[in-house]
Parts: sequence; structure tokens; C-alpha cells
Amino acid sequence: MSCQASEIASTVKQAYTTRTPLNITAAGTKSFLGQQSDSGKPLDMTGHCGIIEYDPAELVMVARAGTPLRDIERALAEHRQMLGFEPPFVDTGATLGGAVAAGLSGPRRAYAGAVRDFVLGASFVNGKGETAVAGGKVMKNVAGFDLFRPMAGSMGTLGVILKVALRLLPLPEVEKTLLHEETDELAALRKMNRWPLETQAISATSWDGLHIRIRLSGSASGIEHARSLIGGDYITATNYWRELNNFRLDFFQQTGRLWRISLAPMSEPLGLDPRQLLDWGGAQRWLKSDEPAATIRERASQLGGHAECYERDSSVATFHPLEGNLLAVNQRLKAAFDPAGILNRGRLLI
Amino acid sequence: MSRTKPATDPLIAQLRTLLPGSCIVADPVSMKPYECDGLSGYRQMPRVVVLPESVEQVQGVLKICQQTGTPIVPRGAGTSLSGGAMPHKNGVVLSLARFNKILNIDAENRTARVQAGVRNLQISDAVQALGLYYAPDPSSQIACTIGGNVAENAGGVHCLKYGLTVHNILQVKMVNLSGELISIGSTALDSPGYDLLALMMGSEGMLGIVVEVLVRLLPRPKVARVLMAAFDDIEKAGSAVASVIAAGVIPGGFEMMDRAAIQASEDFAQAGYPTDAAAILLCELDGTEDDVIAQVTKVEKLLASAGAVSISLASDEQQRVRFWSGRKNAFPAMGRISPDYYCMDGTIPRRELGNVLTLISRMSEKYGLRVANVFHAGDGNLHPLILYDANQSDEFEKAEAFGAEILDLCVAVGGTITGEHGVGVEKIDRMCVQFDEYSLSQFLAVRQAFDPDGLLNPDKAVPTLARCAEFNAMHVHHGELPHPELERF
Repeated sequence: MSCQASEIASTVKQAYTTRTPLNITAAGTKSFLGQQSDSGKPLDMTGHCGIIEYDPAELVMVARAGTPLRDIERALAEHRQMLGFEPPFVDTGATLGGAVAAGLSGPRRAYAGAVRDFVLGASFVNGKGETAVAGGKVMKNVAGFDLFRPMAGSMGTLGVILKVALRLLPLPEVEKTLLHEETDELAALRKMNRWPLETQAISATSWDGLHIRIRLSGSASGIEHARSLIGGDYITATNYWRELNNFRLDFFQQTGRLWRISLAPMSEPLGLDPRQLLDWGGAQRWLKSDEPAATIRERASQLGGHAECYERDSSVATFHPLEGNLLAVNQRLKAAFDPAGILNRGRLLI
Repeated sequence: MSRTKPATDPLIAQLRTLLPGSCIVADPVSMKPYECDGLSGYRQMPRVVVLPESVEQVQGVLKICQQTGTPIVPRGAGTSLSGGAMPHKNGVVLSLARFNKILNIDAENRTARVQAGVRNLQISDAVQALGLYYAPDPSSQIACTIGGNVAENAGGVHCLKYGLTVHNILQVKMVNLSGELISIGSTALDSPGYDLLALMMGSEGMLGIVVEVLVRLLPRPKVARVLMAAFDDIEKAGSAVASVIAAGVIPGGFEMMDRAAIQASEDFAQAGYPTDAAAILLCELDGTEDDVIAQVTKVEKLLASAGAVSISLASDEQQRVRFWSGRKNAFPAMGRISPDYYCMDGTIPRRELGNVLTLISRMSEKYGLRVANVFHAGDGNLHPLILYDANQSDEFEKAEAFGAEILDLCVAVGGTITGEHGVGVEKIDRMCVQFDEYSLSQFLAVRQAFDPDGLLNPDKAVPTLARCAEFNAMHVHHGELPHPELERF
């Protein structure tokens, strides 16, 4: 386990010299995403941890990649602040570096933004063992190319993230969830996408085939006002969104591969397996299905979106394949960071 | 001006085989308006200006440029404040002015597909009837184009709550140097592969020519109220900003002006500002009626306990617009009190505000030039306006030196040399202060991945290592860079 940034950099530099692939690891909560190289040497980041800077009045935190999100959320909660992108797997040990590298955002994403939207800057070790920085720790910064937001979702293939500066959000004064009966998919989509025109209080929406759930965040009076517009009853279970975010709802326990379909929210119903859960107002659709990967991917593409398979299943690639000049640009970008292709080889681009 | 005659320039002859005569500007008189952008102190006549009308024509122009090794400078409305659109003497200026159509508005998904030359405000105007708008609102929004906004990752007054350009764009279609059309992003909230969309934002025309953009539209807030608070001390105003943010309020807009800026703006716009105040804050709260009422009460209390000497709530929409008119006219107001002004654009952690303003006023004495400060207080983006007279010998050089010292200070306190105006030609040497060699090398490697020939907007935004070596050799004091104590983020 490497604790110092300089040790990590020298490990990478040596791996570059000997062309040894490295598998960057921490808590392993997202190991189901992308293929890990069999020959890769593990580079454990959990020792490189700790909050470096946190001034609540700045709405900014800088922390090392190995810092558990649990520690970060605890520190933020003391000052009634939070991570706006609502990362999953906090309670199973997920780290900041892993959250950024995987780029997964929770139910708040469609209303507050994704991981990439909250990253202000990062330092990282590229595939040659050189430590570079991009961005900074201020809200607005256009000096140099934006190499920090693309770290989000890069699956560790562009660099070993050392530290990250994040923009934060205040915790809402009150948060409540409304339940609204609706069995028709199109009607559910229309409602979930019409309500935000009436109120800024919506911070999550889902539809499970029977009910729409709407999370309201804000002041007590703001929430009551939103409820008067939307209707429905409050649910008492407070952990619904966390269970959704961590794949612990009953929906996720059904048989079949778990697919994530990302598309424009008002896209027509997929018409694939009926076992689906709509999230992000319809922009993220969870599907349980054993239909062939090609069928699912083709349908997602046809609707202008893409499909990811969230299973440890070597017969199906996690990520939607890239084609043509877009694939070429992605490969050239990878080579610009990691010319020897040693960082998390094959984890994002096949 | 002695130049190659257009008729004998083989490049222009080649361009004429691709483009109709109405799409080529090659005579010096007609090219004159293109010699600079909003940073008018830097001027350069281009070799030729082209105004293509289709994507195919853009692709053709780029192919010709690649074959002939000709630099390309893309240009939207030319409102850049950092010389991002300043021509290259051997290069083509590629204007997107004719890409001015809104292609599609999708009310259900709340998006608009527009050509790159569509003006920022044009989008909001087009969707007003739907109760929607495009959030980023740089002060040049009447004129600036969405393609330019992408190139600069433009901000504005409302970005603390509603984000920068990067937060409000879903897809970009661009033409690369080889003339290939590449579609980056999609109608979905995310797309496979690397986040090239983020990389394109603020890339200052160096990675490709943006021809089409899919923007996100937001619902217009139902209610917006603005509070104006006056302070007798600028540090108190800075602390007031911190206390509002720390209390969990994210204002739609949160602006600060110092005495010099207040007085000039009030003379110009009669906004109703207290001209004896050391600083004023404008705090706009928006949302639904109930929420806004609750927030106004909360913020009034916070401002009062932070020591505001007066607080006024705009009583109606007319007064709200009047309060903003002073801030929005701060730049032209400077034109009335000084022959020229030089607008800086650093961002700092907000807690450093008092310290930075004190040091800027000392620099003002040192250089013998007046300065007025307007500040996007909510997000720490500072716009010192250095007042000078270009007709006085050496005043422009002094203003530049003053500006550079401000930017070095921004870096020293943990900030950045540019929040929203871009590096362009103006701040390219300051990049050597903010970034170390490995970081600059990484930027250059990324650039090369998109543009191996280095022809897209060359000599801007990212300095070569050789340039920095030369710059550092000239600016090293006692063997050390400015502010050696810094850990550079």
C-alpha cells in the first residue's frame, strides 16, 4: 500500500519503464464495472487518504483519493453540507478516488449534477509517472484544458488520481418523498418531466411500474408548496433513495442481468423487458433482462442513448462500444495520458 | 499596409475553388474589423477571412488548411476579452457568423439544438414562451455566440446556482483538423467513453471547430427578488458573502462592487446605489414564491448581522432591473471616467477577498493607475478594472504589468489567472506561473492528440515549455519563481 504521493508516482514510473500493467484499487465497491487486466499489478490507494482542506464558507473540499466517502460525508454533515452528486456505496467503504474514477452519480443527478459537474480540480499521476494538476479549488477556472472533469468516468485509465477538489452543496433543511400512483409509463414520464417546471424543490424521481416517487428538498414551506402542486402522500420509509442508489431495492434482487440505459428523459418506452425501474425522471432506466446484449444496445442506440451492463459477466462488456472517429479520438486521448497503456488496461476502452 | 495581393495568394485561390466569393473576405479594408476581438490592445491582420455557410464547407476549409500548413483561428462574435479570436498573421480566420440558425427546440426534453454562431441571448428569447431559458449569461450575451461560449466555458452572473457552460451543454458537433465531423455527447445526460464534452469546454478553439451545440434549457424561476446591501468596509462585505453561503443559501446571483465601481456605475446608470458606501452587495434570490420569501428574510438577517449599514429589497420588477442595471453597465461606465480600461479576471477563494483587495489598492498606488473592482462574489471571480489612457506613453505597458501582478497574486492565494475570460494571447505567460512543467506537458500532449500539426488557434491558451523557460528566465528573482512557497494546488 502506498501512502505518499511520491511513492505512488515512483511506482507508476517504474511500471512505465518495465511496461507493467497496473490495476488501481481501493475499496473495490465498483469492481463490477469494466474488465480488470489479469496481468495487472495491484496499486492500492487506500493509504493515500485524508481531507486536506475544508472551509464550509467556501463550499469547497480538497481530499486525497483514498479518503473514504463516509469520512467526507461525516465532516460535511457537521456543517450541514453534502456531496451534490450523491455517490453510491458510501456505507460499504467507497473512496473519493473511486467515486470520481467510476463517475457514478445518484438519484440527485438529473436535478443537481453529476460527479463531473462537482469536480473543480485534480492532481494525478499520468502513465509515465509524472504528477500533473488541472483545474484548482475555486468555482470558476478556465486556465488550461479541462483535464479534471474527464477524470470522472475514466475508470482510472487516464491517471492515478491523487487528490480532488470538489464543489459542495448545502444540505436541504427538509427532505421528504411523495408517492404518486401511476401505472402508465408514458403518463409517468410526462408527469416526472412536467413537475420541475412548477417547482425547484424536486431532487429525485423514480417510477417502478406502479408508483412515481418524488423527493422534495428545500425549506419546509417550499416543500409544502411543491406538494400542493404535485399531490400525493408522503412515504415514511426514509431510506428508499439510498437503497435505490446502492442496488438494494427488491427490484435489483430479481434474476437477469442488470442494465443501465442512459437516454433523453422523454424518450419513448424501451419496450424491452418489463422489469424496469425509471430513475432521473426517465433519463436513467434500470433494466433486469436476459435478452441478448446486442438487442438491448441496439434499442438504446436507436433512441440516441447507450446501455451499460452492471454485472461481473465476462461474456458481456460493461460499456457501450464506441465506433468510428469517436473511438479513434478516445484512443488518442488515452495515449496522450498513458502512452504505454499500463493504467487499468482495458477497463474502459477495449 | 503592404500585404500579398489577394489574387496572387495561392491559399486564397484554393479557397475560391471551395467557397463562393461571398464567403471570402480578402481585401485589407474589409478584413479590418477582424484584426482584433474584445481585447482591442492586441491587433493582427489575418491573411484571409472565410465565412462558410455549411458544415461541408468548414470541413473543406480545414482540409485545405491542413494540406497547406495554414493556421486557423475560429471566430464567433469576436467578444473575447483575452484575444482568443485574434488572427494569426499567416492564418485563416474562420468565422461561424453564418451558422446562425436554431435547428430544433425540444420542449419535452428541455433542450435546444443550435448552430455554433447562434447568439447566447437568442436561445433564451426563442424559448421564453415555453417558460424556459438558457442559464449561462456572460455580460456579452446580446452578442456572443454559443460556439464562443463553448470555447471559453463562459460563465456569467448566475453560475453559482445554475452552472457554467460546461454544466449546461449536452452535445457538441465539431470538425477536427483533418476535416472529420465528430459528434461528442448525446441527448442523454452521459455518453460512453471519456468525457470529451468537458474537455471541449474552455478549449479555446484548439481541439476542433464547433459547428453545432445541444444546450439544456432550464425552467425560468417563478419569482426573483434582489437585495442590495451597503457596507462601510469592504472586508465586512466579504464576510457577509461568506456568512450567507455558510448558512446554506445559494443565491441566483451574488455580486459585489467597490466604491470606485459604485460611483462610476451610478453616474452612468442611475441604479440607485449609495455612492458613499465602501462596497455594495447585490443578492438575487429566486425560486417559488414561498421559498424566495423565506430566503429573503434569512439573508436580510445575515447581512444585517454582518454589519450592513443599509439593506433594501427591490420592491418590484422595475426596481430589480434598475439595481442590476448598474452592475451590468459597470464596464461601459468605466469608459466615461477613463479613456481606456483593462479588465482582469482572476478567481480567488472568497476568504482572501479583503486581503487581495488591500494588496490591489497598494499596487494601484505603485503603478499610479486607478482601479475599480466588480466581483462575482458568490463564486470568487474578481474583475478589477484598471483605468489607463492609451495615448499616454507607457500607460498601457503599466496597466499590463499591474494586471499581471494581480494575476500572480490570485495564484498565490490559491486561485487562478482566469475565471471565465480565457487565457488567449493575453495571459499565456501567466500560465507558466500557475502550472508546472508536467502539467503543461500534459496539456500539450492532449492538444497534440487532437491537432498533431498545431494549426488550430496556435500560440494561445497553452504555452510551449520553451516559452515558459524563456519567461521564467526573465522573471526569476533570486533564483526563485514568484511565490515559491506555493503548493500549486
